[in-house]
Amino acid sequence: MSTLAAWLLSDAPESRRQASLGRFFRGWLQLRRNHLAIAGLVAALALILVSLAAPLLATHDPAAQDLTQRYAAPSAEHWLGTDEVGRDLYSRLLYGGRITLGMVVAIMVMVAPLGLAVGTVAGYAGGFADRALMRLTDIFLAFPRLILALAFVAALKPGITSAIIAIALTAWPPYARLARAETLTIRNSDFIAAVRLSGASAARIVLRHIAPLCVSSLIVRVTLDMSGIILTAAGLGFLGMGAQPPMPEWGTMIATTRGEILDAWWVPIAPGIAIFVASLAFNLLGDGLRDVLDPKQG
Amino acid sequence: MSGTSDASPLPVRFRASLSSLASVPITLFGLILVTFLIGRAMPIDPVIAIVGDHAPPDVIARVRAELALDKPLPVQFWIYLEHLARGDLGSSVMTSRPVTTDIATFFPATLELATTAILIAILLGVPLGVFAARYQGSHFDHAVRVVSLAGQSVPIFVLGLLCLLFFYVKLGIAPGTGQQDVLFEGMVREVTGMRVLDAALAGDWDAFWDALAHLAQPALVLAYFSLSIITRMTRAFMLEALAGEYIVAARAKGLSDARILWRHAFGNIMVPLITVIALAYAGLLEGAVLTETVFSWPGIGLYLTGSLLNADMNAVLGATLVIGSVYVGLNLLADLAYRLLDPRVR
Amino acid sequence: MLTRRTLLASAAAAAVPLAAPAIFSGARAATPRNIVAMAKQIDDIIGAFDPGESYEFSNNEGCGNLYRKLVIPDPAGGDRLVGDLAEKWEVSKDGAVFTFHIRHGVLFESGKPLTAEDAAFSLQRVVKMNKTPGFILTQFGLTADNVEAMVRATNEYTLELKLPIVQATSFVLYCLSATCGCVVEKATVLANQANGDLGNAWLKMHSAGAGSYRLVEWKASDHIILEANPHAATKPHVPRVVIRHVADPSAQLLALQKGDVDIARDLVSDQLKLVLNKPDYNVARRPQLTSMYIGMNMGVPELQKVEARQAIKTAIDYEAIAKNITPNLWSVWQSFLPKGIPGAVADNPFKKDVAKAKALLAKAGYPNGFSVTLDHFAKTPYPEIAQAVQADLAAIGVKVQLLAGEQKQVISKTRARQQQLAMLTWFPDFLDAHSNAQAFCQNIDDSDATKLKSVAWRYHCFDKEMTELVDAAVKELDTKKRMEMYAKLQRDFFQRGPFAFMLQNVEISVMRKDVSGLALGVLPDYTRYAPITKA
Repeated sequence: MSTLAAWLLSDAPESRRQASLGRFFRGWLQLRRNHLAIAGLVAALALILVSLAAPLLATHDPAAQDLTQRYAAPSAEHWLGTDEVGRDLYSRLLYGGRITLGMVVAIMVMVAPLGLAVGTVAGYAGGFADRALMRLTDIFLAFPRLILALAFVAALKPGITSAIIAIALTAWPPYARLARAETLTIRNSDFIAAVRLSGASAARIVLRHIAPLCVSSLIVRVTLDMSGIILTAAGLGFLGMGAQPPMPEWGTMIATTRGEILDAWWVPIAPGIAIFVASLAFNLLGDGLRDVLDPKQG
Repeated sequence: MSGTSDASPLPVRFRASLSSLASVPITLFGLILVTFLIGRAMPIDPVIAIVGDHAPPDVIARVRAELALDKPLPVQFWIYLEHLARGDLGSSVMTSRPVTTDIATFFPATLELATTAILIAILLGVPLGVFAARYQGSHFDHAVRVVSLAGQSVPIFVLGLLCLLFFYVKLGIAPGTGQQDVLFEGMVREVTGMRVLDAALAGDWDAFWDALAHLAQPALVLAYFSLSIITRMTRAFMLEALAGEYIVAARAKGLSDARILWRHAFGNIMVPLITVIALAYAGLLEGAVLTETVFSWPGIGLYLTGSLLNADMNAVLGATLVIGSVYVGLNLLADLAYRLLDPRVR
Repeated sequence: MLTRRTLLASAAAAAVPLAAPAIFSGARAATPRNIVAMAKQIDDIIGAFDPGESYEFSNNEGCGNLYRKLVIPDPAGGDRLVGDLAEKWEVSKDGAVFTFHIRHGVLFESGKPLTAEDAAFSLQRVVKMNKTPGFILTQFGLTADNVEAMVRATNEYTLELKLPIVQATSFVLYCLSATCGCVVEKATVLANQANGDLGNAWLKMHSAGAGSYRLVEWKASDHIILEANPHAATKPHVPRVVIRHVADPSAQLLALQKGDVDIARDLVSDQLKLVLNKPDYNVARRPQLTSMYIGMNMGVPELQKVEARQAIKTAIDYEAIAKNITPNLWSVWQSFLPKGIPGAVADNPFKKDVAKAKALLAKAGYPNGFSVTLDHFAKTPYPEIAQAVQADLAAIGVKVQLLAGEQKQVISKTRARQQQLAMLTWFPDFLDAHSNAQAFCQNIDDSDATKLKSVAWRYHCFDKEMTELVDAAVKELDTKKRMEMYAKLQRDFFQRGPFAFMLQNVEISVMRKDVSGLALGVLPDYTRYAPITKA
């Protein structure tokens, strides 16, 4: 272990691989000192694990109703009680994690390539294409995100797919800007000039040489964005514009049972806590990462 | 509530607003086009929204023609633009009034809520950030960090529900939802549309206290999110400022700690801070949609969601346009403040 | 004119200006005696308070308190019609000419007397404007061109109504008791006319009637304020009614418990069990004419088979839904004519029987069931009911995918005939059997170009025999024969109709114990606030 650490921390790396691994390792060491970030990392990992293992951990079928057991209090049978049609709340929370994380992943998969494409093309092509694409980006940035997403969902018809598309449509502009900024710095570097001289087409340069270099900063940005996306998704669900019942999405679960806050307050509050924990986990992690990558931002 | 404002590095936003400065009209046009297309793509037939479920086909056909919905989309858009140029946003189905009148009645409530929230956020957030930077690494600093991270993580509607549960339901020390108690409805003449102000202007102190009490909860809930941003950014700016050479020089001159902190360091971060506050204020428009839903606050957010659910297209377009414009305006303001006041940018 | 001071005179909190803010004062005093505060869902309003356009629950209820009509259902109950503005009336033998004698001494809120001229004008403008409710009068052959000749005041207190198309007398009278039959003051309305709109824009936000109240203020999806009409024949006990929009039933209950409001109008079963039979509350209860049904689109091949539709009707556990999900509020009723409409049959022939339903399904040619979607409203209790139906149908092999949507969205979809199964509610336009019979049984042309897009049309239910029976019944002047025709129609409909009528609504309003007297009607049009008293 110590030899490995020494190799990683070596002042005179022998290969590019050793250098970049070493950089990651130093970052990790720094991150490890940040207890809050580690707590976030652990929580985020736990969340992912629990969601993946939901079928094993659940005590009930999350869709099984029992109309005679509506709003039952927590008990040995139902650890967190039951909801409006007598489904087990604990099991639904577990499966809800899958939906939330699934939405986040789906959104990321759509947003990052879209932002990357717009940003790199704009940055590399410059001129009119740049101005047109960036104007489009500005228009999308000019909307408050939730409100634009709401409008999109209303146009598409409420549902989880619409919610994913709507959030993705509102989330890409910052990625495009980031990718464009990176592209601008890379574009004039020597190695791109060399590639260009070797006769590569513009498309090839963007796709093979510029885009891969932008990916790492986009990934960091994705981590920082996670909690925002979780909250937007839950907010849409709460407004009745996200996932639809009987899907156990957390925001939707709150929306359908918020009326019970009087007699069975734990039914709407439990998914609320779940959203908070998930969002906080990613915020803590992102916060720690930011410290590592950009100490000035504090 | 979303993550745009917390996570996007500020310089990116600045550049965004810089380039949009000259092209606000284009941005606004895009905004109108996007909202218009969204309005036309809704799965609810707007004619049904107007005439109801029982209407016979001849009435439906007539209303469709009246709304020019039988014309091609570009023609409809042109008609909309023409009306817009005259300051006519059309009539709302829900309220049976011109959308402009509606916005004039609903927007002040949001303004009242958001302004109160941003004031609370500034009054608490700035000192927290300043002292967190001053005592960097202390328990206080860590506590501030946790509180502000929590603020960015808690869904605003859950916080609102919790507040109602404890302060209204369980403890009974706060009033319920809405802008006023029912019996004050229609009692105070509306001047500004902001209930607290109107009651004070009318000298009606019962109504004043009632309105203030109703405002307290949603404003505090809404303030928490911007509070976290303002605290974090204040702390970050202060850390940078405190590391500056002039601070070292000031210390060498033997100036008092408080003087250095507030006069020299804080004085230097005013400009970026104003920018952050303007952006946070714009961000509150978003939080307002959810907060207004939880607290039945009759503001523009509730108006927007209500009209969305009712396919009240003119209302949706009008409200989105107003929110979008205010958002663009605040971004622009932040941008201008940055350019005009900060010598480094000049 | 009431001022805030006089209203607050009896309120405990009014004493000192700048008194402690309410947030620190703990539980607040209940509302004062001269004001009644009501929590109600009022975001359904379309067309506001113009009786010539009003067509939704909340504004129909408002109009009922602002205006009076020629005839109304007997407030004492039963399905008999009695005169309100009309002291008495005569009908010609052929059923084509109605002569109404208007009561003397009825005053509008302006203080001016109500005459036959006002009544004639009110009916004429409904036909001329031809908004959503216009068909209620135009179905008698009245048009913008002939209405001034057909509906006229023969003298100050006599109104004559001639019908180009003769229909059953009771049917005509029931139509006149609908909201569009409200009498408005001609002079005031015309004085506020804009661009020849017959006062439509003005009447949306103002009232010009002879009802117990006048409209003070309405803010959409927020509140309605009514004040006593000083010239009303029936003076309300409580001079001011404030209706606050509270969307959430549990928030309504909370406001009621805290004393923020005196009456909660839309509590659902879960909340009702907390307040019914408690000494702290008074309860007003009235069966409504609102039905909840599942429609089956016959454009779907599987649903074309009559046995498949019968299988679905036989698979649903109506009793369990009523008992577990909607106790007190919705009870089992399977005819398309709700209980309370003259002629409704009480057979309720369907009971959950899995074996029988499976057999029917096999007979239809689907022994292994099939898949189908069900559209329903997103608001409680509809999702719960839809999920129960989903489970019931799964038991016979019919896999249901639920599609929740906002009310208007589901309606838009069924109007475009894009639904497979859809669960909706329906209330008759007027108290006569023809309203629902036409809606659910009549389809004169199943093409998209039809003139009558009835509910039956929306489900591709194209049944010639039932369509003809509806026409015959509405023209039948002999009441007994007419009722027999409706009975046959309902029994045929049980067998063949593509609709599973499940439940009928009971309206329950809960009042604090010092408040009583709210008079609920079978339709919102007949709910009255004037009898409300406050101790």
